[in-house]
Amino acid sequence: MWQFFHKLGSPKWFYDIATRLMPWLFWIGVSLFMAGVVWGLAFAPPDYLQGNSYRIIFIHVPSAFLAQSVYIMMAVAAVVTLVWRMKLADVFIKSAAPVGAVLTFLALFTGAVWGKPTWGTWWIWDARLTSMLILLFLYFGAIALGNAISDEKSSARAVAVLVLVGVVNIPIIKYSVEWWNTLHQPATFKLTEKPSMPAEMWVPLLMAVLGLYLLFGWLACLRMQTEILIREGRTRWVKALVQTGGNA
Amino acid sequence: MHPVRKKRLTIVLFLLIGLSIAVALTTYALRQNINLFYDPSQIAAGEAPVDVRIRAGGMVQEDSVIRDPESLKVEFKVTDFTSSVLVEYTGILPDLFAEGQGVVAMGRLDGEGRFMADQVLAKHDENYMPPEVNDALEKAASLRAAESTGAAESSTGY
Repeated sequence: MWQFFHKLGSPKWFYDIATRLMPWLFWIGVSLFMAGVVWGLAFAPPDYLQGNSYRIIFIHVPSAFLAQSVYIMMAVAAVVTLVWRMKLADVFIKSAAPVGAVLTFLALFTGAVWGKPTWGTWWIWDARLTSMLILLFLYFGAIALGNAISDEKSSARAVAVLVLVGVVNIPIIKYSVEWWNTLHQPATFKLTEKPSMPAEMWVPLLMAVLGLYLLFGWLACLRMQTEILIREGRTRWVKALVQTGGNA
Repeated sequence: MHPVRKKRLTIVLFLLIGLSIAVALTTYALRQNINLFYDPSQIAAGEAPVDVRIRAGGMVQEDSVIRDPESLKVEFKVTDFTSSVLVEYTGILPDLFAEGQGVVAMGRLDGEGRFMADQVLAKHDENYMPPEVNDALEKAASLRAAESTGAAESSTGY
């Protein structure tokens, strides 16, 4: 197991694996996500109270899910950076942070658009919305700190510490709707119970969530490959790769 | 595992545990400020300050909404099924406002336990269903109610 783990740290090995994995991630991800979104937006039944405006859930929930999952993955990578000093973990953090920031923004934005007609306000400082905004700032902080320090090693450690400190916000986001009174409703999906919506609504939602996970995997691989090429530009295998035209 | 890495891992774990405890204590101390609204039981118990802008939230009690026919003034009771508070509001209510639905009102509590709201927001719950399912559920409920009253009548008839 340790051998596999150390192999994973080799940029060349990862580059090859990612090249093989990416078409699968992309095509399965795109088809799942598109099927889920089209089904949800066009064919799923309307809600008895909200009518059609609830359909924003098919964008809002996948992006909010991913925004938090990406941060957890970044925190795991931060532990690997701090303990094992593995370069690839830092490459992942740097590549994933902007994607996570965009997803968090998307979740906040779609939530505001839905909140105006449903609650009667774009924004309210309740625990769920505020902790989600903090997540957005954590992403911004990680991106900015990474860019502010030019030395690769110190930048990796500083960002890893910041990401790790921010991870306490994730359980706060998750349980904010249960611990405190909030305007935001509790989760419709729970791991232990049946979702409180019928199958013709949650199946497309689940498809959109899974599809977005795979699409994130694809995008992360793509961005990590680019980052690896930039960082390893002087090594022999990158030079050989460029000479053969990228068909390693 | 290499001893140096083991040491680093221990430091990271201690950092995380320490941080979690700090955040947990902070949020616990600030819980009254993090709560978005007071529920009717808290207001009844006198926990909410009088004549300060606060929020009150709960369910709109069935058969409690009184609309003034001349103006936009509306009165309703907000309940959490143990106590309730009377809310007065003048203005347009959100679409989802209905008896039996959740609301969060912003305003002031006057000395007599009435809540003068200047903003009413609807609170949505986590349940979603198609309109046909809701119709069917309501029909079944009214049918059951009719049956039980019918049964009561027939039992008194004998």
